[in-house]
Amino acid sequence: MTATKGSSSKGPRYYPAEDIKVTKKHLPPQNPPKTRKSITPGTILILLAGRFRGKRVVCLNILESGLLLVTGPYKINGVPLRRVNASYVIATSTKIDVSNVDISKHNDAYFARSKEKTSEGEVEFFSGDAPKPAIVSDDRKAEQEKVDGSLLKVIAGTDMLEGYLSARFTLQKNDRPHVMKF
Amino acid sequence: MTFTRFVEVGRVVLLNFGPNEDKLATIVDIIDQNKCLIDGPVDITGVARQVCSYKRIALTDLTVKIERTSTAEEIKSAWEESDIMAKWEASSWAKKLSSKKKRANLTDFDRFKVMVARKQKSAIIAKKLATMS
Repeated sequence: MTATKGSSSKGPRYYPAEDIKVTKKHLPPQNPPKTRKSITPGTILILLAGRFRGKRVVCLNILESGLLLVTGPYKINGVPLRRVNASYVIATSTKIDVSNVDISKHNDAYFARSKEKTSEGEVEFFSGDAPKPAIVSDDRKAEQEKVDGSLLKVIAGTDMLEGYLSARFTLQKNDRPHVMKF
Repeated sequence: MTFTRFVEVGRVVLLNFGPNEDKLATIVDIIDQNKCLIDGPVDITGVARQVCSYKRIALTDLTVKIERTSTAEEIKSAWEESDIMAKWEASSWAKKLSSKKKRANLTDFDRFKVMVARKQKSAIIAKKLATMS
């Protein structure tokens, strides 16, 4: 039972004639993200959707938003430092040691899209949507090199792991994914 | 075509259904036309003494010399004398069972390694074939 305040105040000088209930806004509790037990830093994941579907990548961290921080490494399979949704991922049981990789800078704010004011003038409106080339900043490239540098040494330590990460996952003719162990 | 594997006291059987799937046991006594009494023995195969329907067992080629009302210790000593486990593991039936289990438990990385090994094997064969023809 909650303790009642002892002091009796004078009360407000004005109160409305009718009692109108003021509904409090329901703020959902900010809990740490819940991910599958099989996904931990260092797990090798298979991406199932998006631009890099079928690629096998290394999970580096689970971010605050619940998304997974992932890298190819870029030199092996072309997947950069990226965020990925855990729902579109198969976690394999293969794990590598990523404790020596520095990913403290890479959180949700690092990956958030920059809000540029795209002024839609008449000319741009009628010219149509041409695919804009992705501009990767030098800063991102440098970060990629830094993170992958330590990772590549760990990967070289395990036999055949580099070939495994550069190959894509596909379903063969007699594969039954509901029975396969990953 | 005559039969060679009989349901008899001492016949070693493989359980192919239920919680004791893929384990060996010995027929200790025959109850009626549908069920029998089996015993592992527990110390060797992990199957306790119990009633078992014939539908759940598959007869093997192996037998042990035991009496109709043998105790678990007697069955165990008979198994050790005939070295049944070694004979079973050497049979192609047991080898096929274990390789099936191994295949089912391969991880994605293991499957990749198997794929590479198969490619290497077929490359060796193709090379040899090219020199022969």
